[in-house]
Amino acid sequence: MNELQLKDLYDGFRDPKTIRMLAKEIEELAKGLDETLNIMEVCGGHTHTIMKYGLPQLLPANIAFIHGPGCPVCIMPKERIDHAIALAKMENTILLTLGDMIRVPGSKTSLAVERAAGHDIRALYTPMDALKIAKENPDKKVVFFAIGFETTTPMTSAVIKHTVDQGIKNLFFHINHVLVPPAVDAIMADGKAKINAFIGPSHVSVITGAKIYASLPEDYNTPVAVSGFEPVDVLQGILMMVRQKLEGRAELEIQYTRAVTMEGNLKAQQLNDTYMRPRAHFRWRGIGDIPDSALELRPEYDYLDAEKLFADILPTEPIDDHKLCICGTILKGLAKPMDCKVFGKACTPNSPLGSCMVSSEGSCNAYYRYAGVLG
Amino acid sequence: MKSVQLSHGGGGEETNTLINDLFYRYFENDILIKAEDAAVLEVKKKIAFTTDSFTVSPIVFNGGDIGKLSIAGTVNDLAMMGARPLYLSSAFMIEEGLSYDTLKQIVESMAKELAKSGAKIVCGDTKVVPRGSLDKIFINTAGIGEIEQEDISVSNLEQGDVIMASRDVGRHGATILMEREGLDISSDLQSDCETLWPAVEGLIKEDIAVHSLRDATRGGLSAVLNEWAQASDICIEVEEDSVGISDQVRGICEMFGFEAMDLANEGTFILAVASEDAEKALQVLRQYHFCENASVIGTVSEKYPSKVVLHSAHGTSRFLDLPKGELLPRIC
Ligand code: SF4
Repeated sequence: MNELQLKDLYDGFRDPKTIRMLAKEIEELAKGLDETLNIMEVCGGHTHTIMKYGLPQLLPANIAFIHGPGCPVCIMPKERIDHAIALAKMENTILLTLGDMIRVPGSKTSLAVERAAGHDIRALYTPMDALKIAKENPDKKVVFFAIGFETTTPMTSAVIKHTVDQGIKNLFFHINHVLVPPAVDAIMADGKAKINAFIGPSHVSVITGAKIYASLPEDYNTPVAVSGFEPVDVLQGILMMVRQKLEGRAELEIQYTRAVTMEGNLKAQQLNDTYMRPRAHFRWRGIGDIPDSALELRPEYDYLDAEKLFADILPTEPIDDHKLCICGTILKGLAKPMDCKVFGKACTPNSPLGSCMVSSEGSCNAYYRYAGVLG
Repeated sequence: MKSVQLSHGGGGEETNTLINDLFYRYFENDILIKAEDAAVLEVKKKIAFTTDSFTVSPIVFNGGDIGKLSIAGTVNDLAMMGARPLYLSSAFMIEEGLSYDTLKQIVESMAKELAKSGAKIVCGDTKVVPRGSLDKIFINTAGIGEIEQEDISVSNLEQGDVIMASRDVGRHGATILMEREGLDISSDLQSDCETLWPAVEGLIKEDIAVHSLRDATRGGLSAVLNEWAQASDICIEVEEDSVGISDQVRGICEMFGFEAMDLANEGTFILAVASEDAEKALQVLRQYHFCENASVIGTVSEKYPSKVVLHSAHGTSRFLDLPKGELLPRIC
């Protein structure tokens, strides 16, 4: 029964005819644009859709994409990956985290290497499994290295809630949840970035409400579309922004009306507020230090906070990417991955030197895999 | 006897009971029951020889178990070289405490699977290890087959060859994933685990010009196509829409962010066939129940040597990469 519903959810939004029709319509309308529309996808999920469905091949040259900060794994600075490794190496400890995090190299090794060396490191499909693992291993310290943008924060909050409510004594949290809008502000701050339109992710907005992007049109005079992740969604979002440009509007529009509202999920927002608060600073890999751009546990929950409890073993020195890495400039749309001297040579997906090569959602990685293909 | 004990692997009386009651009974053939130190075999043609170890978790899954897998896996490796599977060895590594009934079920399904190709188990070994040294049971099988058709090789693809898949892809991987996650969203999703030799034999008998065969196990369809493209230095162009993917597999992929073309199969093979024989090959394949949805999925060209290109129905193209990242461990 269930899989039918799942299928219904995406089927129409990948329909080849609809995709082609929308692309045609955009092409027609875009003829009237007086400047190139440089759209930043704020979220790596959109980068994935755009590359996977080859949307640039369908769109005219004056619709360009500038891939944004990417994914929660890409923006993790090396010193925090080193945190995860240090925690995993503690005696009698199980380290839990999500998917790609395992593979990404820190300053010396990666979680994958440490796991092969015998440390108990596990990738979760869902954060809720952390509770089960903690209960099954009462004599071990279980540390959940939590990562994610706004979407996944409520899931971590829910795990924290259960840990508190059930009095689980051996589950600790290392919080790396980050907030997208401050990062966008940081990219736009010096006024040099070429970006003049934004596509915002619907899944973030389902939780936070589209309101978190409300300031973008005002601050930067750009159209913003909050859109879903299927190719039809993305194209509809682009169409909305092209229309705005033509009509001289700069507004926040919601393409993904299937679930996004302006206000978002207030319950989830409350849950986050109960356990977390903004962190004074967070260093984004590829962008740098951004105030109020991430979350941390509230002081009431210090007793769950791995960053505080195990502070003495966690490295504090910031570790920057390779000197030659130009991810920051690429993020502003001022350079392309090919402009980097080490692109595809010293820097490849298997040994990334900078953040945008790390996961499939980063722009260097996407170019590495798709460049050269297909006119 | 309720469970397997350390003494069953000790080489004494208990070991003999296990061998007689289980292995000889189900695998019975004149070479095996001679119980010599080594099996003596007679082979007249060129032979193919392969080995594989099986560690799947869970050991029993929808559509098969580790026993079926351990036979189909090795027999298929032989079949993919155009070799008729003849003789297999089987080595069991069993964790102390495994239920005897489970072991019996595994051995039974091995015997059933052997019957499909006519291959025989002619030698074997059993070790029982203390609890905790391994998870339930690991099986190794090695196999020898007589080559019935030569020159089937990963480096034999030619311009103009037609690429076919014997059925829809991704079932085994999706089934294991679903079972591990305790999901029961689609109870009709079954592993494709199956002995492929009968279909390969059919193709050989009909003299189809097969250039390469490969079962799409770990790494799935993506891995096979990329290996071919690289080994033969050709370009494989695939029509995305013509690759069969069941709704259930699609659903699982959607949920976990996997690509169906990257997921493992255990009874699905990919063929590169000379274009003039393509139609006939399809007709032959479709006579077998496990290939009834065989279809053409692409062609060999010279466009981007060593690369696989996917063409979408909406008119774009992209490279299909080798799967990366955390593939599911212990899937076969
Ligand atoms: S190629 Fe590597 S080093 Fe160069 S900008 Fe991209 S990520 Fe940085």
